[in-house]
Amino acid sequence: MGDGFPIRVYLRLSAVALSVFACAAFSAEPQKPAPLKSGIEFSSDDVRKLQADDFANPGMLWVARGEKLWREPAGAGGQACAACHGDAAKSMKGVAARYPRVDVSAGRLVNLAGRVNICRERNQKAAVFKEESDELLGLTAYVAHQSRGLPVAVSVEPQARKNFERGRELYGTRIGQMNLACTHCHDSNWGKQLLGETISQGHGNAYPAYRLGWQAAGSLARRIRACFFGLRAEMPAYGAQELLDLELYLAVRGNGLPVETPGVRR
Amino acid sequence: MALARVQLPARAKRGEAIEVRIAIQHPMETGFRFDLMGKAIPKNVIHSLRVRYNGAEVFAAEMGSGVAANPYLQFYTVAEASGEFVFEWVDDDGNRGSERASITVVP
Repeated sequence: MGDGFPIRVYLRLSAVALSVFACAAFSAEPQKPAPLKSGIEFSSDDVRKLQADDFANPGMLWVARGEKLWREPAGAGGQACAACHGDAAKSMKGVAARYPRVDVSAGRLVNLAGRVNICRERNQKAAVFKEESDELLGLTAYVAHQSRGLPVAVSVEPQARKNFERGRELYGTRIGQMNLACTHCHDSNWGKQLLGETISQGHGNAYPAYRLGWQAAGSLARRIRACFFGLRAEMPAYGAQELLDLELYLAVRGNGLPVETPGVRR
Repeated sequence: MALARVQLPARAKRGEAIEVRIAIQHPMETGFRFDLMGKAIPKNVIHSLRVRYNGAEVFAAEMGSGVAANPYLQFYTVAEASGEFVFEWVDDDGNRGSERASITVVP
């Protein structure tokens, strides 16, 4: 009895030490706002109604465009998306909720729009869509729309850990003339007023979304760039690695929120 | 690529009021904006939209700079006979678009 007790304590202590070590090496848990709230919860009634109405929601025009493109043969092979993937309602259900993720063959982190372009280039042998083009937004919105209502479930794969860490770092780094980081608005002050706007928690679950201010649909990258602009910081170019890393961090941070694509925001 | 969505009930009773909706993807350029080089962007809005129901005009709209991009319109009409709704519009650049939808009217 006298011998057994200290050994058990020792074992337990070493287990604690191990888990502490593991946490220090890598923690996939970002600091999350509690309770998690989608951006739509900070919107006015008008905007909510617009998003909820599948006909009046102007983002559905992009979804309709994507649906058309899905069936349209493209590229050297003359293959449409539908030729391989069939009915998007089945084959694409839940896909958008897992992006950004590492594309194994490309060997890098990609978001959904990036994945669409990879498919276009590699399988359809067609020219890639331009960033923020109506075509790319349309097809991305159409694919993401198939996951509407499903919870975002992005995991940080071992290959993407560096991306995640860089995203986390950027999220907490003060930038621009305003000298603010993402966290200062979207963690410390969400729900409060910033002039005419209520500060949201900064989730990307509704994107590609229709923003009334843009009078058009846009990607999450465009929205993040708008935040950089607001902070009077230099905006990263479309397709910049920083934006993608930040997208990954935001997605993990918003895990569990329902996909809303196409969302409507002010 | 002109893109539009129209919505009306597939079936209706004769004499019933039906809701017809149309959304068109269009920038509705006001003519008051300038590009990054400071050059005025010419006005380009869908200035006229006409809807015919079995050949008879049931709705028309004239729009101007004040209408937001991607205009969405909604109106009511009375279901009289089975047939087709034809939506036609034209913008300042002379681009025309059209869309069709059919309805079955039961007595």
